[in-house]
Amino acid sequence: MTPPLDIATVAIVDEPLPPPQTPFRRFVSDFMESPLAVASLIVFSITVLIAVFAPWLSPQNPYDLMQLDIMNGKVPPGTEDIEGVMVFWLGTDDQGRDLLSGIFYGLRISLFVGVASAFISLLIGGAAGLFSAYMGGRWDVFLMRIVDLQLSFPAILIALILLAVLGQGIDKVIIALVVTQWAYYARTVRGSALVERGKEYIEAAHCLALGTRRIIFYHLLPNCLPPLIVIVTMRVAYAVMLEATLSFLGIGLPITEPSLGLLIANGFEYMLSGYYWISFFPGVALLITIVSINLVGDHLRDILNPRLQR
Amino acid sequence: MTVFLIRRFSQSLAVLLVMSLLVFVGVYAIGDPVELLVSAEADQFERARVIADLGLDKPLWEQYGYFLLQSFKGDLGTSFVFNQPALLLILERMPATLEIAFAAVILSIVIGIPLGMIAGLRPHAWYSRTIMSVSILGFSLPTFWVGLMMIMVFAVILGWLPASGRGDTVDLFGVPVSFLTWDGLTHLLLPAVNLALFKVSLVIRLTRAGMRENMLMDYVKFAYAKGLSHARVIFVHVLKNILVPVVTVVGLELGNVIAFAVVTESIFAWPGMGKLLIDSIYRLDRPIVVAYLLITVVMFIVINFIVDVLYSVLDPRVRLESKS
Repeated sequence: MTPPLDIATVAIVDEPLPPPQTPFRRFVSDFMESPLAVASLIVFSITVLIAVFAPWLSPQNPYDLMQLDIMNGKVPPGTEDIEGVMVFWLGTDDQGRDLLSGIFYGLRISLFVGVASAFISLLIGGAAGLFSAYMGGRWDVFLMRIVDLQLSFPAILIALILLAVLGQGIDKVIIALVVTQWAYYARTVRGSALVERGKEYIEAAHCLALGTRRIIFYHLLPNCLPPLIVIVTMRVAYAVMLEATLSFLGIGLPITEPSLGLLIANGFEYMLSGYYWISFFPGVALLITIVSINLVGDHLRDILNPRLQR
Repeated sequence: MTVFLIRRFSQSLAVLLVMSLLVFVGVYAIGDPVELLVSAEADQFERARVIADLGLDKPLWEQYGYFLLQSFKGDLGTSFVFNQPALLLILERMPATLEIAFAAVILSIVIGIPLGMIAGLRPHAWYSRTIMSVSILGFSLPTFWVGLMMIMVFAVILGWLPASGRGDTVDLFGVPVSFLTWDGLTHLLLPAVNLALFKVSLVIRLTRAGMRENMLMDYVKFAYAKGLSHARVIFVHVLKNILVPVVTVVGLELGNVIAFAVVTESIFAWPGMGKLLIDSIYRLDRPIVVAYLLITVVMFIVINFIVDVLYSVLDPRVRLESKS
C-alpha cells in the first residue's frame, strides 16, 4: 500500500532545531520575520477570541427562540430590524436569526471540534509513534502497517464510513476525525523519533541507566516537537474543514450544534433564490479561519526546517 | 517480477479481507442488523424470517463467512428504497462518478503542469509568487463552499452554466457519458472544475519542485552545452523527468478524487454513486451503504495495486528493495 501524498508532511525533515542560545527567542524572532505569518497569527487569535467569548460578543443569542422574530427572516446585510433596535450587519437567515451572531456561535463549535480532535489524535498518534520507534521490531512493523493501510484510504471516506455507522453527534464527529488523523501524527513522530534515537544523547541517557519512560518523555519527545508543531497546525485546519464538509453533507453535527458547515448548508436552499448572504458569510468565516491557520503553519514549517536554515 | 506481483496481489487480498471484516463488524454487529435490514413496517413473522435467513442465531464468525460467500456471488443485498440489488444500483451510477473524476484529473494536469513549470523556471518572479499564493488558497478553500459560490456566480447571477444534473448523455460503448454533447459538457464543467481545485494546487507544487530540482542537474547543463534550444531542453528533456513523480501522485490521487466526488456530487446534484451514498445514509438504506463501501474499497485496492506495479516498472529501485 502506498499512502497518499500529504502536502503538510512533504517538507517535514526529521531533524530538530540546531541548538541556539535561547531556542524560544530565536524561534520568535524567526517567526516575526514574515509579516504575512504574523498577520495570520493575529487573525487566527481573533477568531479564537471570538469563539471563546461568543456569548458576550454576539448582538443576539441566535438560539434563544424568544429573541427571534420570523418577520426579520432573510433580511439582507445592513438592515435594521422591525423595531429599529438592532442592525443585522450580515443579514439574517430564514428564521430571522442574526447571521453575525450565528457565525460567532458557529465558530465556537467548529474550532472546538477541530482543536479537540487534533489534540486527542496528537495524544494517541504521538504515543503510538513514540512507542513504535522506541520498541522497534515487530511492534514497529505492526503499527506502521496499520498506519500505511489507513493512510491509503482518503480521510473523508473513513469519516463517512464511521459516521454512517455511528450516527450524528459532536462526540461521534470527534471520534471520526481522530480515527482519520491519528495516523499522520504517528508517522511523523515515529520518523523523527527514529532519527533521534540513534543520536549520542540517547545513548548517553542509556549509559546513565535512566528509565525507559524518562528517556522517552524527557529526552526523546522534546526533540521530536518541531515537526509535530507543524503537523498540528496543518491538521487543525484540515479537521475544521473536514468537519464543515461532513456537517454540510448532513452527516456530521446534528442541527442542535450549528457549526459553520451547517450554517452554510442551511443557506444552500435559499441561494438559488438569490439570498446569497446566508451561505456566503459563514463560508468567509470558515475560509479566514482555515487560511490563517495554514499560513501560520506554512511559515512554521519554513522556520523549523533545518534544511532551509540560513 | 512474477514474485513481486504475486506478493503484492496476496497483500491486496489480505487488505480486502481486513476491510470487509471491518465493514461487516461496523454495520452488522454494532447496530442491530434486523433493525438495519428489515424495513420499519415489517411484522413479527417477517422479522423472524429475516433473522433465520441471515443466520443471526449463528456465531459471529459463521455469519461473517456467510456474508463473504454472498459478496463473492455478487449479492450485496437489496435496497429498501429502490427494491433492486444494491450492487446494480451502484454500478449504474459509477460511470457518472468516474466521468467527473477523470475530467477533474485531466483538468488538474492541463492547468497544473504549465503553471508549475512557469513557477519553477523563475521562482522569484512576481507571477511565480502569485501562482504559489493562489495554490495555498487552493488547498485552504473548502471545496463545498467554492462549489456553492461557483453555482451562485455562474448559474444564479450570470446564468451561463446549469447548476445541477448531468444534461444530455450519449451512449459510448453502452455507457452513458456527458462529455460528448454540448449540453452535457456545460453540465460537466462546474463540477469538474470544483473537484479539480485541490488537485491543481498539488500538481502545481509537485511540478514546481521537480522543475527546480531538475534545472540544476548535469544533464540539463549537458543538453545546453550540446547546443539544444531552450524550448527543447525544457519541453523534451526536463518535462520527461518531471512527469514520472507527477503521474504517480496523480494516479494515487484518483482514488481520493473519487472519494471527494461525494461532496461535489451532492452540491451539483450529479447523479453519481457518491450522491447515492449520501441519499442512502439519509434514508437508512443500509445495504447500499455497505455495498458502496465494499466497492470503493475494492476500487482503492485495485488503484493502489496498479500504481504500485506501474511504479516498480518505471523505477527499478523499488523492485530491488522489495527483493531484499
